[in-house]
Parts: sequence; C-alpha cells; structure tokens
Amino acid sequence: MALQSPAEIRALIANHKRWDIVFGVIGIVCLAICLMTFVTLFVDMLIDGYARLRPEFFTEFPSRRAGQAGILSAWIGTTMVMIVTAAVAVPLGVAAGIYLEEYAPGNWMTDVIEINISNLAGVPSIVYGLLALGLFVYQFGLGQSVATAGLTLALLILPVVIVATRESIRAIPGAIREAAYALGATKWQVVQGHILPYSTGGILTGVIIGMARAIGETAPIITVGALTFIAFLPPSPVTTEPPFLSFEWLMSPFTVMPIQIFNWTSRPDPAFQANAAAAGFILVFMTLAMNGLAIWLRYRIRRNIKW
Amino acid sequence: MADPKPALESLPLKAHAAGLNFHYGDFQALKNIDMPIYDKRVTALIGPSGCGKSTFLRCFNRMHDLYPGNRYEGEIRLHPDNVNLLDRAVDPIEVRMRLSMVFQKPNPFPKSIFENVAYGLRVRGINQRAVLEEKVEEALRSAALWNEAKDRLHEQAFNLSGGQQQRMCIARALATEPEILLFDEPTSALDPIATASIEELIAELKEKVTILIVTHNMQQAARVSDFTAYMYIGELIEYGWTDDIFIKPKHEQTEAYITGRFG
Ligand SMILES: Nc1ncnc2c1ncn2[C@@H]1O[C@H](COP(=O)(O)OP(=O)(O)OP(=O)(O)O)[C@@H](O)[C@H]1O
Ligand SMILES: [Mg+2]
Repeated sequence: MALQSPAEIRALIANHKRWDIVFGVIGIVCLAICLMTFVTLFVDMLIDGYARLRPEFFTEFPSRRAGQAGILSAWIGTTMVMIVTAAVAVPLGVAAGIYLEEYAPGNWMTDVIEINISNLAGVPSIVYGLLALGLFVYQFGLGQSVATAGLTLALLILPVVIVATRESIRAIPGAIREAAYALGATKWQVVQGHILPYSTGGILTGVIIGMARAIGETAPIITVGALTFIAFLPPSPVTTEPPFLSFEWLMSPFTVMPIQIFNWTSRPDPAFQANAAAAGFILVFMTLAMNGLAIWLRYRIRRNIKW
Repeated sequence: MADPKPALESLPLKAHAAGLNFHYGDFQALKNIDMPIYDKRVTALIGPSGCGKSTFLRCFNRMHDLYPGNRYEGEIRLHPDNVNLLDRAVDPIEVRMRLSMVFQKPNPFPKSIFENVAYGLRVRGINQRAVLEEKVEEALRSAALWNEAKDRLHEQAFNLSGGQQQRMCIARALATEPEILLFDEPTSALDPIATASIEELIAELKEKVTILIVTHNMQQAARVSDFTAYMYIGELIEYGWTDDIFIKPKHEQTEAYITGRFG
C-alpha cells in the first residue's frame, strides 16, 4: 500500500526542487545588485582618488591648493569625536539596557520607555543636531566643540547600543540565569558575573555598528557647527607637564571626515574632486575596518560561550 | 528503606509545608498542600505532567520570586529554626543560600569546571584559592565526578558529556553544603548509564542531606526514595512511605498512575 509510486515521488520532488532553484537564482541576483553597487562606488572612488592616497595626504592640513591639501585635521577630529561618542554612549547605553532587562518592573512605564527607545532609533539625525544645538551648544555652553559633536553622536547611537545590549542579554538562556540565582546570587552578582560577560560580544558588535554609522554622519555635525576649513589641531590630550593629561581638546573647534569631503565636493576646481574621492575611500575603509573588528571580536568572545 | 519502618512521629522533620497555595497570576497551581519533609530522607514527587511538581519544588527556594505576578499563601517551615521560607520578611537570597537546586537540563555556566563548582562559594564572598580548591574537590568527590574531572578542572564545562555536566551541577549545588537538595527531574535528559550513576549518587548523598526529587520515572522513585508524594492538578492526593505507595496505595488514582493505566 503506497499513496504514490517511487517514480511519482521522484517526479514530485524534482518539481518541488525547481522552486529551490528559482529562489536561489533570485537571491543571487538581489545579492549581486547590492554588492555590485557597493563595489562600483568603492572602486570608482579608489580610481578617482588613487593619485592622492600618499602619506602626505594624512599629514597635511586642508589647503587652497588641491594638490597640497590633506585630511590631517579631519581624521584627528573624527577620532576625537568618536572617542567622546564611545565614552558617553557605551556606559549609558549598556547601563540602560541592563536596567531594562534585569531590573525594570514590568509595568506600563517600562513599556512606554521600550517603545520610545525603538522610536528614537528612527528619528532623523538632523533632529538630533537641532536638539544638540539648543542643548549642548547654547544651554550647556559647550560651544561648537569636539565635546558637543561627540555628545550629539552619542545621543544618535544610544538607541542602537541599548537595543544591542538588550538583545544580547535576552540571548542568554533563562536556565543559566536561574542557575546563578538558585545559588544565592543577588541581581548585581548575576549581572556582573554572568549577564555582562556573556553579552559582551553582542554589545561590542552593537557599539561598533553604531559607531560605524556615527562616523559618516554629516547633518547633525554641521548643525552643531563643525568648521569646514581648519588648519590647526585640537590641543594634545597628553602634555609634558604634570598631570600629563589635558582635556582642553574637548572644547576645541574641529572638523570631521564627512564634512571635509562635503567641503571638497562643493568646490568648483575639479582637482578637489580627487581629494574628496580619496577621503571618501578612507572613510569607507574606516567603516569597513570597524565592522571587521566587530566580527572578529564577536567571534573571539563567543568562542568560549556555548549553551 | 529498612523494615520494619520507624513510626513517622519519631522521625526528625527537616521541613514541612502547611496550607500551601501558589498562584501564577490568576491561575492557582498548588492547592492547600500539607506535606512533611523528613530529615536526611529522599522524598519523591510524582504525578502526571502539569500537576504542579516543579511549581511545588520551586517554592522551596523561592524561584517564583524571580518572575512578576506569582503569589504564595501558607507556609513552608524549615527546621530546626522553624523559619517560614515563604515569609515576605525572609530574603529569598537567604533561602537560596540554604537550599540548593539541580535542574532538569544540565545548566553549566560557560566557565571552567572549577569556576562552575566554586560559584556558590564566590557568591558567599569566599575567594581564597586554597579554600576554594578544597571545597571544589570535596564537592566533585561527593558528586562522583572527581576522577573524571580532576585533570581538566580549568577546561570549559560544556566540554563534559551530558551526564558529567549534570553531576557537575550536582557538585555545584553541594559545594555550598545545603540543608536540602531539590532535584527537578535530574535524569530526564540522560541515558540509562548516566541515570544509574546519578541514582547511586542520590543514595549516597542522603546520608548527609535531605533530598526532594521530582521524577516521571516510577522505577526511579521506587529505587531512590523513602517517601513518595503523588500529586494531581495542584493537589497532594497521597503521601507515605514509598513501599506503601507502590505496594498498597490508598487511592485508586494513585495506583492507576503508578501502574501506568493513567497519566
Ligand atoms: N510561569 C507559569 N505561568 C502560568 N502557569 C504556569 C507557569 N508555569 C507552570 N504553569 C502551570 O502550572 C501548572 C503546574 O506546572 P508545573 O510545571 O509545576 O508542572 P509539573 O508537574 O512540573 O509538570 P511536568 O511533569 O510536565 O514538568 C501547569 O498547569 C502549568 O501549565
Ligand atoms: Mg516539571
């Protein structure tokens, strides 16, 4: 007794598998479109800017003459702003994520906060710029400084960090949490002995992805008043006199990579387009490098964690 | 299970539940349970799936406090100090430091074997290397895992087999010298050999500690326990010496369940 003969079953399977092939092809085409677009842009920038990619490009200030202009102030500005962003967004975002997952009572207030955090991630970045202009620049009197820009971008990526933290905490099995509580651990002991160490990989990934987004942000940075032409560096964070550390750089005017690129692309002289392409290439490369770092860190940290 | 059995009144009590009700939100999962837990004896909890065995067990170490909306009524007295474990004034952390639990599925931390077993001690602020090493060895010996684990104490615990992981979890629970060990179907995820070794272990452990074990395996209940409690839909139907329950149960339903005609 059989519903279908083996020959019929085989014909049926062959027929069904046709859809596997169809979908496989569609998938590859979609993927190719995405990849090709990106590769074309990347290669195009590389070709246009290749001539400018020399060591001096990194060590020269911007200049009126395209051939001598460099990105020194821009990449140092970007680095400093990113440091402030990370220093602010990581502790705030991780703490908020842990609180929401482990401590917050399950009531309507928590629900409202949760929904709003997701909404915050969708707010256009220019709006953060406007908020920062009112709050940091004027209200707090931080002016058009590295600190303002760093805080602005920190606000921008805070939702990303919070969501990444919560998701990696949720990935920890309830059984492990219960095992720790059952041994008499307090909430804080569970957080610092288990929750934090097991979710570090996911949190780091979220942080870096957020940073990779922030590094290319232009609109909010322009809004808070980054300069487009700057021929000096912020004061060094390390000094030769005690206490050897200085925070004056936080209050210094600055520029960042995307603004430098924007500035060059808006010049009439075509020689500046090559500079823009070269700087664009470097910016994309920085983003890719950060994503690569995220993947590597996640791999390293998760290697020792299995459930 | 030495015959003739001593009179129940002459046995020392380790704990007893009195008028215990438990609610998951609006759902009442335990109804007016009264049950003695005798000192240094094994008590088995049996009954069909969903009857409230795990719920009852998890009242003892206040695991239900971890989730919102759960409510206890009545008491579980722990002897000899006669404290009511369910009292709101009693910190659940204190309760969990006195009673240990072994779960259905082995749940090792993604840490080394040593750190897993030492965790309960670290929680108590014990961090001196020498003390930890001594206690970890003692616990692993009691859990019959020392010989297999002694050369790989600093390897990840998830490299152990399922049965070894469960014995490591038992060692972790034992390291803090609990007054009662709570087992929730500790062998349901294990093969017959690992199961046998855990049953042997339970027989040895009851010299030192009071044990409460949930099991779906009737032979296991008969083999390891001194007392058996049969539960059905949140109620305690029958309680008594394991031989009595298995040979001449008072309730027809108990007999039907034990013989596999029901449940
Ligand atoms: N978190 C919960 N919220 C609401 N109801 C629950 C919850 N956990 C368990 N219950 C219900 O409580 C009752 C008892 O569940 P419990 O897990 O104690 O059963 P059990 O006897 O351990 O079953 P099993 O043998 O399948 O493990 C069941 O009806 C179950 O659906
Ligand atoms: Mg259960």
